[in-house]
Amino acid sequence: MTSSPTSLDQLKIGMRARISTIDWESLDHGEACRLRHFGFDEGVAVQPLHLGPFGRDPLAVRVGRMTVAIRRNHARAVSVIPEAA
Amino acid sequence: MNPVPLVAVAGNPNAGKSALFNALTGARQKVGNYPGVTVERHVGKALLPDGSPVELVDLPGAYGLDPTSPDEAVTRDVLLGKQKGERLPNALLIVVDASNLDNHLRFALQLIDLGLPTVVALNMVDLAKRDGLELDAARLEAELGVPVIETVAVRKRGLTEVMERLHGLLLAPRAIRAGDGPSHDPLNLQRRARDIAMAAIVSETPVRRITHRLDGVLLHPAAGPLILATILFIMFQAVFAWSAVPADALEAGTMALGEAIGNALPDGVLRSLIIDGIFAGVGAVIVFLPQILILFLFILVLESTGYMVRAAFIMDRLMSHAGLSGRAFIPLLSSFACAVPGIMATRTIDDPKDRLTTILVAPLMTCSARLPVYTLIIAAFIPAQEVGLGIGLQGLVLFALYLSGIVSALLAAIVLSKTAVKGGGGAFMMELPKYQMPRLGDVAIGLWQRAMIFLKRAGTIILFTTVILWALASFPQAGPGQKQSDVSIAGRIADGIHTVVAPIGFNKDISLALLPAMAAREVAVAAIGTVYSLDAEDESNLETLEQRLAGRWSLATALAFLAWFVFAPQCISTIAVTRRETNGWRWPLFLVTYLFILAYLAAGATYWTAVSFGLG
Repeated sequence: MTSSPTSLDQLKIGMRARISTIDWESLDHGEACRLRHFGFDEGVAVQPLHLGPFGRDPLAVRVGRMTVAIRRNHARAVSVIPEAA
Repeated sequence: MNPVPLVAVAGNPNAGKSALFNALTGARQKVGNYPGVTVERHVGKALLPDGSPVELVDLPGAYGLDPTSPDEAVTRDVLLGKQKGERLPNALLIVVDASNLDNHLRFALQLIDLGLPTVVALNMVDLAKRDGLELDAARLEAELGVPVIETVAVRKRGLTEVMERLHGLLLAPRAIRAGDGPSHDPLNLQRRARDIAMAAIVSETPVRRITHRLDGVLLHPAAGPLILATILFIMFQAVFAWSAVPADALEAGTMALGEAIGNALPDGVLRSLIIDGIFAGVGAVIVFLPQILILFLFILVLESTGYMVRAAFIMDRLMSHAGLSGRAFIPLLSSFACAVPGIMATRTIDDPKDRLTTILVAPLMTCSARLPVYTLIIAAFIPAQEVGLGIGLQGLVLFALYLSGIVSALLAAIVLSKTAVKGGGGAFMMELPKYQMPRLGDVAIGLWQRAMIFLKRAGTIILFTTVILWALASFPQAGPGQKQSDVSIAGRIADGIHTVVAPIGFNKDISLALLPAMAAREVAVAAIGTVYSLDAEDESNLETLEQRLAGRWSLATALAFLAWFVFAPQCISTIAVTRRETNGWRWPLFLVTYLFILAYLAAGATYWTAVSFGLG
């Protein structure tokens, strides 16, 4: 069973999901490059782990084997399909 | 003559690359800058098994050959043989983190495709094991087609083997060619990396990783900021508590040495140059060395444990309001002690624009050199009375001065990031590396390098400046019945300065103090002291400097003087370090100009407001 698609910034902390699409167009070249370097790619497992204490921004996200910090506005570009618990 | 073979050490950030480089080269290292960019070049010497020397260059950590920062551009250009100031490496040592193979192999594959003789160090295998990861190095070697050695840099494991393999590759006659750069589709590369990583992983036991548990506490929405505040509190306590004794000793030592040398010389120009010029000037600046080193001790430890990135994570949102990233937080905070280590610490900010903005506003933070000036003026002019609730007026004024520094730094950052340094900000994308114990050796090497940078770069300019300032104040020499401060070139310059600063309420004495205060702000106190004791030799010397000031300056003038020092960029070391860190005179000149304009406007506004309240 799969849940309906949402974006990475909407995902609850600890919830596992898979990346369905990434809106590369909404990111500038450097940002897109950095996200690719971190391993952001369709089909990759992601899991938000922590939120910044002020304004719930940035997000600490587990992507593959790495944990990375990105800002909420960049996480919005990443569409995900939550995995059934 | 054949040059010593060069081996480039390359890999992702957080692969333990520098630890491996330190372990292979020991203290035989040199730090410099690549020409034309503010990227540090670390080179070191090591010995091959046959005893012949080899040079290692520690390239900046990178995620790929398609650069997103000046650091990554240097890494690519060195590996393609296009970097000015570096020859094409004869061999390549790729460092990958064993517990992050899928990601690090991506860059490793690009590097291997360059065609240089290559050895891969599968680093931190112990930590991978701790995280329940069992790897097959032989399988990885077969998949990659280059030698793979398991290493634990911090325990010196696998180092001999690495050197043996490199030796073998360097002996083999082989045409070295520069590669053509990235030719791969990034997604294909990523998938190939993942497939190879999957093949090399023998088994994976899910364990609750230590890093994850620590982050649960250190990044906790409530506990995280509290812990950060506590760590920073301890850091500042240490900076001021531990530095007092060595700073006093350094100052006393410098003075004693100066006097000893001076006393051996006949009274005259040379003696005056040595005591009043060189030793007084260098002494005024060298007293900051203990503070700078203690700050860097904390910064290096926080950086090497992996906590620094967490601090940036916690503060990012707040910093973003000023157009900066969380990475700017620690450098700016450090600037409360001294802007020099603060500006040097901006190296950790990836985005060059963010970094420049941070450098340009760091001198606005109230550094410890302003304190002697503030306390003197406050003690002389602000009555020690309470304003209610047990709050003293003097403390309140001091607080207001600190606050105006912070507020103007944030406002300046907002304005700069929209004007002079346009185009930065917004990007905060960082890896949160796993936590590690800091290694004493690595921290010591880092500390030594920072100290040398400060002493060399700041030191030479300080020496030069203090000698010039001394000459200006000493020539031409006053005849009988003349005051040295009237006759000297410095006195004439002070006359010129006075016409400029008279409208903001500064008198001739302040004008005289402003010039020597260029060496370091707290020199202003000594300079004012000199002016008043020199000119008042016939009066009773029982009056303290505060009393003398209170009798001669109006309150409006004193307040304007305080406002001036909130902004004035009167610190040669800061200007020198800004030049080094921005790689030219353009930004230090900009910094000096905009801060002097702010200082002038702030002092003027303060003076005329005070005068209109009848305090002139």
